[in-house]
Amino acid sequence: MDLLDVSLVNWSRAQFTLTAMYHWIFVPLTLGLGIVQAIMETIYYRTGDEEWKKATKFWMTLFGVNFAIGVATGIILEFQFGTNWSNYSWFVGDIFGAPLAIEGILAFFMEATFISIMFFGWNKVSKKFHLVSTWLTILGATISAFWILVANAWMQHPVGMEFNPDTVRNEMVDFWAIISPFAINKFFHTVWSSWIVGALFVLGVSSWFLIKKRDVGFAKKSIKVAAAFGLVASLLTAVTGDGSAYNVSQEQPMKLAAMEGLYKGQNGAELVVFGILNSEKKAYNDNVDPYVFKIGIPKALSLLGYRDINAFVPGINDIIDGGYQTKNGVALSFAEKKEKGTIARQALSDYKKAKTANDTIAAAEHNAKIKANFDNFGYAYLDSPEKSIPNIALTFYSFHFMVMLGMFFILIFGVFTFISFNSKYDPEKYNWLLWVALLSIPLGYVASQLGWIVAEVGRQPWAIQGLLPVNAAVSAISTQSVQITFFLFLTLFSALLVAEIGIMLKQIKNGPNHE
Amino acid sequence: MKTPNFLHKLYLFYHDGFTHMTVGKTLWLIVIIKLFIMFVVLKSFFFPNFLKTNFANDEDRANHVHQELVTK
Repeated sequence: MDLLDVSLVNWSRAQFTLTAMYHWIFVPLTLGLGIVQAIMETIYYRTGDEEWKKATKFWMTLFGVNFAIGVATGIILEFQFGTNWSNYSWFVGDIFGAPLAIEGILAFFMEATFISIMFFGWNKVSKKFHLVSTWLTILGATISAFWILVANAWMQHPVGMEFNPDTVRNEMVDFWAIISPFAINKFFHTVWSSWIVGALFVLGVSSWFLIKKRDVGFAKKSIKVAAAFGLVASLLTAVTGDGSAYNVSQEQPMKLAAMEGLYKGQNGAELVVFGILNSEKKAYNDNVDPYVFKIGIPKALSLLGYRDINAFVPGINDIIDGGYQTKNGVALSFAEKKEKGTIARQALSDYKKAKTANDTIAAAEHNAKIKANFDNFGYAYLDSPEKSIPNIALTFYSFHFMVMLGMFFILIFGVFTFISFNSKYDPEKYNWLLWVALLSIPLGYVASQLGWIVAEVGRQPWAIQGLLPVNAAVSAISTQSVQITFFLFLTLFSALLVAEIGIMLKQIKNGPNHE
Repeated sequence: MKTPNFLHKLYLFYHDGFTHMTVGKTLWLIVIIKLFIMFVVLKSFFFPNFLKTNFANDEDRANHVHQELVTK
């Protein structure tokens, strides 16, 4: 396998991207709409107002549609680990297995148990028990998300393990280390941004009812909840977005450099608010200006990334050349990392030969070399510094559009919160604003997907940061088999998406008074 | 006896729930078809676990991955 078929890597990547992005159409709405319906049922429980019960049941129906169409779409990703990414799935060992096992056992059964009470239990169980079940259903879904995100966070920042050269697996040595600050921030950022998707959905659909002058009371109630909830979610997401940028600057500086299109590092680096990249820039080390145009906030990137307005933020060139000061000492250059990675890989080969020959002394020496250089193991597979750079344009634009949308969400939720809670204003009278809300529904999904593009494209070339690049992670299977399943998924998912949209629209048109 | 009553109530709870579903019936049909396609068709025919299918034990799997990692 010296010559790796690049098309196999790209098709495997494309298939995972397709299925992951598809899965991520359903999850955010489940997480966000689940909270909205729980809030509404709580209001019903406290007030006894049957209109709130009606509203809850309406949104719960849409939650059910989304949940049913989306269920098990995540399982497809696990299928791919075993088929397309066997080197990766073996290499990560029980690091991945433990979080996914906990997710399956605890979270799934919790969801499955309480969701049935949520849907079947109206007028059969007590109001209190039903309310608790509604909250526990969404808690189960959120716990699911937690463990998946812990696993993904480990890919970005691998900790808590030791590599075993006998089994060729990373073995967990510290379970709690895996629940790192990186993982915790990622969890909150992902969940709170999903709340935005749910809030936008409720806001937009409710606005449609007002535009049509239907179910006005229900729509205004729903707008109040969605606007306030969405505003809180947007602000919290901004806070954790800051946390994400900080974590990325500490652990994935190349990703941060890509997010900002930063090639030459600076003290007091500016944060690019808006920019257009220069397509003439073909190489990281040419002297072409990376930007055609940009607007930046001086020193803001240093502040965000290092909590110091004068801190040095390394650019792509610095990360490749090394030599700058980091919290862990002087940064290694790409060449130095590649040398260490190559030593580790050669030592892994030599270790096996020594073990086969029962040469315990040589085996111990090679094992020591593996351990000493393992942090840069993955660099052995990168032929050139260019291979260590993710797609700048995709990472940069995804990041900046995501942030712009985040700012927009704070604005729109702020405006709707103001007018819906202020008796001087009536949302029904602002038809243009209602249309903005309606047309903003897809923007929540766009922002959510852009966030994942930043996380996963910005992580390239790594499947596991620093340890295993994507091109070493794939299985030795035929490209054709991956192409076939890619198009099978595309067909299946397109059909399911059409079904979801059709059923959703029908239920929305039926309205809250339809039983 | 309390336990049979509870089980009977549980059975009635789910029986009533499923028989009185409206949009739920369509959703359940979609879920069942989807799960069949995923687990019976896709998993069985298109997504074998590469290492479990091609290697008999963990030692052989480790040897394969080792070979992949040191020769790529």
